[in-house]
Amino acid sequence: MQAEPVLVAGLIEACRATIAANSDHLCGLDRAIGDGDHGTNMRRGCEAVSAEEAFVSLLPLPDALEKIGLTLVMNIGGAAGPLYGTLLMEIGRELRALDDKQDFPSALKQAIDAVARRGRSHAGDKTLLDVLYPVHDALAHRLPLTDIARQAALSAELTAAMKAMRGRAAYLGDRSIGHVDPGASSCALLTAAICRYLEEYRPV
Amino acid sequence: MNGKTPNVGIVIVSHSPLIARGTADMVRQMAGDSVPLAWSGGNRHGELGTDAGGILKAIEEAWSEAGVAVFVDLGGAETNSEMAIEMLGPPRSKKVSICNAPVVEGAVIAAAEASGGAPLSRVVATAEELSPR
Repeated sequence: MQAEPVLVAGLIEACRATIAANSDHLCGLDRAIGDGDHGTNMRRGCEAVSAEEAFVSLLPLPDALEKIGLTLVMNIGGAAGPLYGTLLMEIGRELRALDDKQDFPSALKQAIDAVARRGRSHAGDKTLLDVLYPVHDALAHRLPLTDIARQAALSAELTAAMKAMRGRAAYLGDRSIGHVDPGASSCALLTAAICRYLEEYRPV
Repeated sequence: MNGKTPNVGIVIVSHSPLIARGTADMVRQMAGDSVPLAWSGGNRHGELGTDAGGILKAIEEAWSEAGVAVFVDLGGAETNSEMAIEMLGPPRSKKVSICNAPVVEGAVIAAAEASGGAPLSRVVATAEELSPR
């Protein structure tokens, strides 16, 4: 499965740009209920992926995704590294194993479940899963890209009402309620950037 | 010392390089060179954080055929340690255990147990007795 190198490179740049633009915002969210470094960590991860863009974009898509996932693991430097890394690596592995190469939603679902296992988390625990599951749902129902992006943003906002069950925020207990989860927020930003790029790349 | 003793190895993982190194110093004082020992603290920029690659390197440094017990502080240390163990790959990954125990007390007690030649399961169990059930 070979994606167009331009598409992969464009997606990498779109993700890097949105994280760079929102790095301070993500750190702010993380300061409220965590250790305050989510924006910095994500920015470093994305920059490391960008540095490999020329090489990665020439790989078959499953290999490219696995490589990007590994780079994120090695460079994010917090719990988000293994979570985003697992997501990308598992999507790559699932796409490689799939008979029907077009079934991206099914690959995504398997990968999200792997992230849940990695974090020992479930939907409703105030994590990036609370964006990933709705995004998968929207994708599986073949919603338009703009609606998927909107669903992601809405889902991130909804984490404000949740009580954190995992990660540093869980130590705050009820005091975590009222704050948007930084991981959910970065996930929504990335989803929106990807949807926006795909929309422009291949107008529906 | 690595590979020279058949004893279980100990790895300390903390968000803080100072805590990881300090804990390793205490373990070394307790167990001398009788257990393979390594630490990983902070992210790869030397700031507070954890680093899967650094943890993987520490596990390899403290590698023993008897296995390695890993001590972690907060959430990301555990998640990144699990990732590092997965990257280590089978069959060695099966011989690495993350201990549900306080970092300092757990590592020191585990090292004392390991220095007597205890198997990984007993090293881990002894350290985990420190944690409330």
